[in-house]
Amino acid sequence: MPTLVSRIEKDSSVFTTQRKEMLARVAELRAIEQKSRDTEQQAREKFQQRGQLLPRERLALLLDRGSPFLELSTLCGYKHHDDTDGSLAGGNILIGIGFVSGVRCLVNVTNSAIKGGTATPWGTQKVLRAQEIARENRLPVVSLVESGGANLLYQQEIFIPGGETFYNQAKLSAAGIPQVTVVHGSSTAGGAYIPGLSDYVVMVRGKAKVFLAGPPLLRAATGEVATDEELGGAEMHATLAGTADHLAEDDADGIRIAREIIASLGWNDALPPSSRSAFEPPRYAAEELCGVVPVDYRRPYDCREVIARLVDGSDFTPFKDDYDALTVCGWARLEGRSIGIIGNNGPITPRGATKAGQFIQLCSQARTPIVYLQNTTGYMVGTQSEQGGIVKHGAKMLQAVANATVPQVTILLGGSFGAGNYGMCGRAFHPRFIFAWPNARTAVMGGEQAAKVLSIVSAEKARRAGQPVDEAALAWMSQPLIEQFDRESDAFHCSARLFDDGVIDPRDTRRVLGFILATCDEAERRTLSPNTFGVARL
Amino acid sequence: MKRIHKVLVANRGEIAVRVLRTCRRLGLRTVAVFSDADQDAPHVRLADEAVRLGPAPAKESYLSIERVLAAAAASGANAIHPGYGFLSENEDFARACTKAGLVFIGPPADAIELMGNKRQAKLRMQAADVPCIPGYEAARPGESLDDEALVREGKRIGFPLMVKAAAGGGGRGMRLVREPGALLDAIRSARSEAENAFGSGELILERAIEGARHVEVQVFADEHGNAVHLGERDCSIQRRHQKVVEESPSPAVTPVLRERMGAVAVQAVRAIGYRGAGTIEFLLAPNGNFFFMEMNTRLQVEHPVTELVTGLDLVEWQLRVADGEPLPLTQPEVTFRGHAIEVRLCAEDPAHGFLPQTGRLLAWVPPAGEGVRVDHGVREGQDITPFYDSMQAKLIAHGPDRETARERLAAALRELTAFGVTTNGTFLQHVLAHEAFRSGRYDTGFVAAHTPPETLCALGQASAEDQAILAALLFHDDAMALAGRGGFDTTLAGWSSSCALPVPIVLNDGASEFRASVRPVAPARYEVHVGDSRVALSLRSIAAEHAEIEVAGRRRAVRYRRAGGALWCSLDGVTRHLRDVSFRPPSERERASDGRLRAPMDGRIIRVNTEVGATVARGDVLVVLEAMKMESSLVAPIDGVVSAVNVTVGAQVPARHVVAVVSPEQKGEA
Repeated sequence: MPTLVSRIEKDSSVFTTQRKEMLARVAELRAIEQKSRDTEQQAREKFQQRGQLLPRERLALLLDRGSPFLELSTLCGYKHHDDTDGSLAGGNILIGIGFVSGVRCLVNVTNSAIKGGTATPWGTQKVLRAQEIARENRLPVVSLVESGGANLLYQQEIFIPGGETFYNQAKLSAAGIPQVTVVHGSSTAGGAYIPGLSDYVVMVRGKAKVFLAGPPLLRAATGEVATDEELGGAEMHATLAGTADHLAEDDADGIRIAREIIASLGWNDALPPSSRSAFEPPRYAAEELCGVVPVDYRRPYDCREVIARLVDGSDFTPFKDDYDALTVCGWARLEGRSIGIIGNNGPITPRGATKAGQFIQLCSQARTPIVYLQNTTGYMVGTQSEQGGIVKHGAKMLQAVANATVPQVTILLGGSFGAGNYGMCGRAFHPRFIFAWPNARTAVMGGEQAAKVLSIVSAEKARRAGQPVDEAALAWMSQPLIEQFDRESDAFHCSARLFDDGVIDPRDTRRVLGFILATCDEAERRTLSPNTFGVARL
Repeated sequence: MKRIHKVLVANRGEIAVRVLRTCRRLGLRTVAVFSDADQDAPHVRLADEAVRLGPAPAKESYLSIERVLAAAAASGANAIHPGYGFLSENEDFARACTKAGLVFIGPPADAIELMGNKRQAKLRMQAADVPCIPGYEAARPGESLDDEALVREGKRIGFPLMVKAAAGGGGRGMRLVREPGALLDAIRSARSEAENAFGSGELILERAIEGARHVEVQVFADEHGNAVHLGERDCSIQRRHQKVVEESPSPAVTPVLRERMGAVAVQAVRAIGYRGAGTIEFLLAPNGNFFFMEMNTRLQVEHPVTELVTGLDLVEWQLRVADGEPLPLTQPEVTFRGHAIEVRLCAEDPAHGFLPQTGRLLAWVPPAGEGVRVDHGVREGQDITPFYDSMQAKLIAHGPDRETARERLAAALRELTAFGVTTNGTFLQHVLAHEAFRSGRYDTGFVAAHTPPETLCALGQASAEDQAILAALLFHDDAMALAGRGGFDTTLAGWSSSCALPVPIVLNDGASEFRASVRPVAPARYEVHVGDSRVALSLRSIAAEHAEIEVAGRRRAVRYRRAGGALWCSLDGVTRHLRDVSFRPPSERERASDGRLRAPMDGRIIRVNTEVGATVARGDVLVVLEAMKMESSLVAPIDGVVSAVNVTVGAQVPARHVVAVVSPEQKGEA
């Protein structure tokens, strides 16, 4: 394979400025994440008094020591709904992929240290996405549950999607994907169906509460007087109702039991070994990624500079470079696994669209996963482009992306505008995974572009009506629009709405991709044992 | 050799290995014997052939004269080396060997018999003008050894006083008495102990000499009337009357004293017509007087220190003497060079009263180095069983002077890797490093004075930094194993796309427990919190189960081995066995219960053992139910008071019916 040669001058002012700006964005990301961890710490004393572990402590104990952890959507719900000051990012739930008893699992821990772990609208969407990840990647699910139920202020946004999480639980069970749930505290009303629909249930003695109606609601409904423990305590469920399979003495004990359950699955016993080959690290340091890419998406750069810092040995075999230079396609290996890469060095032209469409089909034919390095202002406009069939060719590219039979993974590392977002496998096109850099911008178009369109249309309208064009008024009108687009296209805002699976440090990109490709590879090799109705709790 | 051509070694462990080595060096054919517990032991593998004696218990194997002789007959051996312990000082065995036409590599049976009885030995020594401890042993005809006579004579001799079983050894049947009032009780208990242990309750009395040292002289005699001594050994460091550290020469013996003690020792062996290797044990008083204590008619455990300072092979001497040769050297030809110290590595736990330890030896790497000798009879993977002595190896160091030998030995102990079974290694290091030992001014009271239980428990207690290292090591090893199993690059170990979490780890080293939280910050780099201290460290793997840890610029090597969740490791020479109890549930006692006692199935109540208001303990049987012809006992789920009994005898109850309720006792209520 030809080796990429970087043209970056590391001591140039461009590099150092870009690096400084990117690191500032990374710092912002980490600061937001830290804020919600600080919020959790306020609950520390309360948890200690109750003899409970904080949710992150539960997570730390659940994961194998040294397990890599790909955390999903740490910015979920950031500055949405009741997160007015941006201190509650994460959607009151901690979700990620990591190893439990040597098994790659999707783990899901209610963040009961924030607002009692109540379900939020975006947090519910995060759970739905996680279930999709578990299904597509054939990952057992371990949930550590403790939740005050849905935030009733937002019930309208939670009620129906919340129901879909139960639907998914049933479907996962039927698909042959085991779900293990430890109930550490309340999981009542709708929440009761989380353990109810799980294949394995552990409840913590004296802490778990699982019932449809608690004492006050019961008394109001039927007049019966009963205690929490009688209605849904761990002991009751373990000895009478049979909702729980295991009774744990405390949080750590429950986690120990969950780990033992996963260990006893023998999940990897029949898994054929991976065929990935030995590999070299890239010739250029990942650390340089922050200086290679400008934070401002309007400034062009060569996406091969990014590829050179992601792939094994910086080796890259280009595809049809001479046919179209703006859409970069080619093959490389990442941590010993073959991948196809599609990147952008400009708008997608009709030629670029056909080149990419063909490349996607080639990758599907050879069962090669595709990595999209998305930095696009969209498909090329203009008479030449339109007459060249950009709609037709662009549509064919979308068809290829939508119907590709290989795992597709997208990294948003700059602009993500217009149909370019679709064609480069944005969220709407169901990539297996999609992560964003903190400088990413996602919107139907750029803010200034939108403002300009608006003022041209308005001026045109005025002209047709025979009115004078008030340039000052148009400028005054377009400013809020620019601001709106800027705000809404911001990576953190987009990640809050789950346009991606999380914002990552650019320097982590190779690790993230390596971990994801290994996850996809493992799923490819795994045969599930589906059943018709899921495992019923009898 | 003229007579001896094939030697059966009637022993096991390090001494069997040691004897076999010399036999092989001299070109003799060798036979090992073994019990079922020792099938794959090193001594079995080292010998040309091996014969099974019987089951593991010593009485049915190494102590069975009949079976050992049968093994000799079966293998065609014509000489038997008894080693030490087992049959080595058994006159019946020596006689039986001779009777069977075998060369017994040891002294004449009569000498064994004589020296096997402390009273007889002492009388004989007194007759030979060997200084003995003033005491009472019914030397004159008509004198009695009954309780009354002993109490009377004891009061005459004065206190403190030793009561000793005549047939005794190893501290059994021995009592130190400090005041007249305690004498009779001591005599009675020593007598009954001796009767049980040796089949003879005969006792003698000796004045207890305080502040004395145990100094013994190695002697050799041949059948041609030659006898020499090979210098002394100081064996004053003892615990429970068993030697732990031995050295030669003794720091308390001057050349003049050595000559005197040596001359007396030679005089003693000549007096009894001795042949072969023997040891005269003396008690050396602080004023320089020395007294005969007893004679060991065999090779001693601690013979290597003599070998190192004399440059001789004592087993070779034993073989030559047994073969009828004259002693290889005359007294003037015996020279002493430098200093040697030996420690006995035992499978025992100093923190728990030196309790013998058993288990599988997971790792065994004896140290090596200039002047260092290790005599051992174990191998990696071997089971340390409860059937035999807890001593597994001897580490001996030789140097031009005492301090060099001491430092070499201390270094060897630090370097030793022995995982799987707890040993006294750390205790031995403590002894070697102790000022009293370094100065050479110590006596038989060393262990009692300098290693009180609290010191023993604190031995090897890890500092906060060491605790951090141990927790990080466990984490790191788990992480590397996971990387292999999970198929990810080791650089990804501990990585998080958001923020790596601190992982709580609780480790128990048997004596104490500590908590740490380990947070990976970069590949193989960790931030560990232990109590209030924060330790940043990095870890580098050198080889399998051998790592280098750097804290604040200081690098330290650590060797370790995993045994399931547990970690055996050696850091700065301190070996620890750490159990990972991070997930340990609260103890059974702390378990909460609602106190309701439910019928496990449909059945009939056939007994009710309690009533309302009764105080019950967890596990007490309260009600018995019969169902399907089987009786089930329903026990109290918690400690407390019975607050309800809902059944009577004969009642039929459905499954899950609450038959009784126990309420936890409210503390502080009247």
